[in-house]
Amino acid sequence: MTDRELRVSKIENGTVIDHIPGGQALNVLAILGIDGTSGEVVSIGMNVPSDRLGRKDVVKVEDRELSQSELDVLSLIAPAATINIIRGYEVAEKHRVERPTEVSGILQCSNHNCISVDDEPITPRFEVLDDGVRCVYCDTIIRDDLPAHILV
Amino acid sequence: MRHDHITSTKQLSRGDIEAILDRASDIAADPSAYADRQEDALLGLLFFEPSTRTKMSFSAAIKRLGGDIVDMGPVDSSSVKKGESLADTVRVVEGYADALVVRHPSEGSAQMASEYVDVPLINAGDGAGQHPTQTLLDLYTIRESAGLDGLTIGIMGDLKYGRTVHSLAQALTNFDASQHFVSPESLKLPRNVRYDLHEEGSSIKEHTDLETILPSLDVLYVTRIQQERFPDESEYRAVAGEYQIDADLLSAAKDDLTVMHPLPRVDEIAYDVDETSHAKYFEQAHNGVPVRMALLDTLLEGEP
Ligand SMILES: [Zn+2]
Repeated sequence: MTDRELRVSKIENGTVIDHIPGGQALNVLAILGIDGTSGEVVSIGMNVPSDRLGRKDVVKVEDRELSQSELDVLSLIAPAATINIIRGYEVAEKHRVERPTEVSGILQCSNHNCISVDDEPITPRFEVLDDGVRCVYCDTIIRDDLPAHILV
Repeated sequence: MRHDHITSTKQLSRGDIEAILDRASDIAADPSAYADRQEDALLGLLFFEPSTRTKMSFSAAIKRLGGDIVDMGPVDSSSVKKGESLADTVRVVEGYADALVVRHPSEGSAQMASEYVDVPLINAGDGAGQHPTQTLLDLYTIRESAGLDGLTIGIMGDLKYGRTVHSLAQALTNFDASQHFVSPESLKLPRNVRYDLHEEGSSIKEHTDLETILPSLDVLYVTRIQQERFPDESEYRAVAGEYQIDADLLSAAKDDLTVMHPLPRVDEIAYDVDETSHAKYFEQAHNGVPVRMALLDTLLEGEP
């Protein structure tokens, strides 16, 4: 799919997330908690040629405007992502994702001996560092392969 | 002190540490002046793994302040064995006590538990995480023997899993201390501690053997290398043997070198070191009581 073809499937209302690194679209949906069960129409373009990224993924979610705080967590795996909020086939708002200071309920700690992976009533929380995330409970720093730690 | 809970030494400033150590010095100089300070105070002890020594030290501390303990007892006789979560246990027990002490095998357990309670909670060891009260008594011992500023310290042994090492290394970034880390390659400082030291502007000087730096040290802090960290016993013996000290080896050190160990030791410090003026590890253990008294007194009185 090229940018031209993607434009063919313009959506009327919703959110378009563009400039996702190639192959990360499904992880983007996982982070956003979108798995199709709540009925939204979701379109995915994977490995679309891109001048900036070489290959990029594009995700379109119809009839749902994702909030900035929902989208900021994407910065962990898609720092160059751009967000277009679409209303009546027009781009009503354009955003970039910004690194949040903390993410909650998105990632699982990689330390098997961490209290947050035990059977306790807590949500895993991570402080966001310049180059990774850090578990607020056990201090473990995760730098590589963040998608492997996404909570499903 | 601004903190209700003591879960990590990272949260302690130089001012916090000095205030506790100063109070501990006061207590050590005249314990009777503190004998009724926390009359009627109850300290809840929740030890999810055995630690006779730390538990006794906390018990002695609260009793010497005029208070008493309520003890969960061993895990195998408690509701924890029936599958109760830590979050539930601490929420119940906070109703019985004015402050809680938690030792638990999982990293981050004290931090999590502190989010569920209003009474002050003290981390007495969370897996391979932190052991902040051990560090306070270590710092007290160092201050008494060598002074905390202009200090050159060697920290040796299991730096990866040693919670006393993590707490101490982070606390020492508050002082003008040069830290040398001596360990086998496989037991070097973990990424998170290196990150913190780096953030605090401390350089991390790492060595695989003690000999080269021993003559420059004011303090040598020895920790145990456990067999369970190695795939087999022969590898363990070969590696651990490199990190044992004896009186003969210490002849290359400064005359006033202080040797410390969080205890219990097994064979990493030979008994012949006990007879030298370097040995401060029993004094160090004894310092646990005035230091924990100072900390409990501070937390239980609120703002000093
Ligand atoms: Zn963790």
